Amino acid sequence: MSTINETIEAEDGATRRDFLHVAAAGMAGVGAVMAAWPFIDQMNPAADTLALASVEVDLSAIGVGEAVIIKWRGKPVFVRHRTEAEIEAARAVPMDVLVDKQPDAERVQEGHAEWLVVLGVCTHLGCVPLGTKEGDDRGDFGGWFCPCHGSHYDTAGRIRKGPAPKNLEVPTYAFVNDTTLQIG
Amino acid sequence: MAEWNAAKPKNAVAAWVEERLPILSLVNNVVGVDTPTPRNLNYWWNFGSLAGLMLVVQIISGVVLAMHYTPHTSLAFDSVERIMRDVNYGWLIRYMHANGASFFFIAVYTHIFRGLYYGSYKAPRELLWMLGVVIFLLMMATAFMGYVLPWGQMSFWGATVITNLFSAIPVVGESIVTLLWGGFSVDNPTLNRFFSLHYLLPFVIAGVVILHLWAKKISDSGNPLGIDVKSNADQIPFHPFYTIKDAFGAGVFFFVFAAFIFYMPNVLGHPDNYIPADPMVTPASIVPEWYFLPFYAILRSITFDIGIPFTDIVFIPAKLLGVLAMFASILVWLFLPWLDTSKVRSGKFRPTFRWFFLFLVIDMFVLTVVGGKKPEGIWPLVGLIGTAYYFAYFLVILPLLGKIEKTLPLPESIANPVVKAAE
Ligand code: HEM
Ligand code: FES
Repeated sequence: MSTINETIEAEDGATRRDFLHVAAAGMAGVGAVMAAWPFIDQMNPAADTLALASVEVDLSAIGVGEAVIIKWRGKPVFVRHRTEAEIEAARAVPMDVLVDKQPDAERVQEGHAEWLVVLGVCTHLGCVPLGTKEGDDRGDFGGWFCPCHGSHYDTAGRIRKGPAPKNLEVPTYAFVNDTTLQIG
Repeated sequence: MAEWNAAKPKNAVAAWVEERLPILSLVNNVVGVDTPTPRNLNYWWNFGSLAGLMLVVQIISGVVLAMHYTPHTSLAFDSVERIMRDVNYGWLIRYMHANGASFFFIAVYTHIFRGLYYGSYKAPRELLWMLGVVIFLLMMATAFMGYVLPWGQMSFWGATVITNLFSAIPVVGESIVTLLWGGFSVDNPTLNRFFSLHYLLPFVIAGVVILHLWAKKISDSGNPLGIDVKSNADQIPFHPFYTIKDAFGAGVFFFVFAAFIFYMPNVLGHPDNYIPADPMVTPASIVPEWYFLPFYAILRSITFDIGIPFTDIVFIPAKLLGVLAMFASILVWLFLPWLDTSKVRSGKFRPTFRWFFLFLVIDMFVLTVVGGKKPEGIWPLVGLIGTAYYFAYFLVILPLLGKIEKTLPLPESIANPVVKAAE
């Protein structure tokens, strides 16, 4: 053994055998990682879960000042028909008091400022904030209030107070016609 | 150091087996007649075996529950109700399992705080201690996933809040949460994988328990005086002395356990979990099981960012900081053997330490109360102070105290527990 090693030893002391060891172990490592991936990726959403269709909402049933909760991809979506006063209030807020800075106009679609559509998922740890149903606590800013750890959202669904770091997320949606909204 | 004695059974069959697989020796040497054990162990030393017994209770009752339980969002709640109403003795087995989790945690918490007081984590028992911390983490994961299975309101919202903790991780957080859920919210794929893991993890715990006991054999049991064994006079065989003492303790413990199962099976649980899960409605307040409350309080007590003051620059947002603090509050135990600089193991001989330890125990109860309250009024402040003391104990007090504290003189030996008279 030793004689063989000596004969093929390179200048820096590494032998052909060392190289083979490293190359083989390296290949085995790559193989192990590749074999592990399916076992990790199987946890991600399956094809049928991803294929969840979009939902349509009839807007004519939602009066001014009212809101509804729609179930989309297993999550609640708030659709709120805002009053003039609520829109005013949201637009009057100066940017520098906001935690997650975003003007009201960016959170609604042009020409449809009365319709606020947001995911009903608190950006803190995922509870459904109160404020959609009549008589709910709407928090200090008249939007939504998350009872879990006390996050307050304003009438544009922006975070104003409490532990949540971000504004309520706005999903992709489109107005099919004057009275129909499509989420997703 | 522990020595190893080969068992020599008189029974011919036992001898035949022993020759081929020395399993009797194994038992004898870890919890048997060939296990010399300090003679002065007090009742705080009962809780290790109690925890082991509770693991057995959980596995037996759990395997039976799994025979009647259906892990599907549309059936899970009803299958648990069927266990309660229709399955013969189903109510008993489920109440054993649900309350068993609580009693398992009671035993383990007592066991851990025994260790904190008597310095059980110090050399040569560092690994023994660290394996215990691993068991505790696995238990928390198991109990959390078990609580999701009945698919009540608390199951669903507890799962939502806890899995969302991972969204605080920068960059990859959201992807990790989707990976955990197998969807866009806690749903059927989540329930299925939680059931699979809830079934698996207790057996992993059993494996780590074996390592824990192996390490115990090698480093020997500690004792309330915290001094090393000096001679045979300091020790008695584990069996029959401590098997009897442990059995007596188990009798008392199970008496209390039975009182809960039969007379107040639901006081430790939350009534909202008898309402089927509804992803559209969050309960008025989400409260975890009592055994998670101190850590939940630590999570919620952090409501401030770390960044440059008076600017918008934030290095660690509050949400991430809270999550880090919660995980750190347990992981800090892993470093305890090196954080505590005192050479004296037992709190008995550390007059100042004892006070800080007492405050830590009170602090845990305070944090438990805070974790169960809505974060309003005075509670967030109390939680913050409690959290501050908790970390100060491990990261500031123990490292410094060991250097400055004047400890009491140690006794001569376990068999002769008198302080050597000054000559
Ligand atoms: C470390 C040991 C274990 C702990 C701490 C534990 C904890 C829990 C908890 C807290 C629950 C919720 C009880 C409730 O409120 O209804 C639960 C439910 C359940 N566990 Fe376990 N468990 C353990 C071991 C096991 C094992 C080994 C199995 C199966 C082989 C199992 C099967 C089940 C089943 C089927 C349920 C759902 C039925 C129910 O909710 O009553 N558990 N577990
Ligand atoms: S989940 Fe809404 S405040 Fe924590």
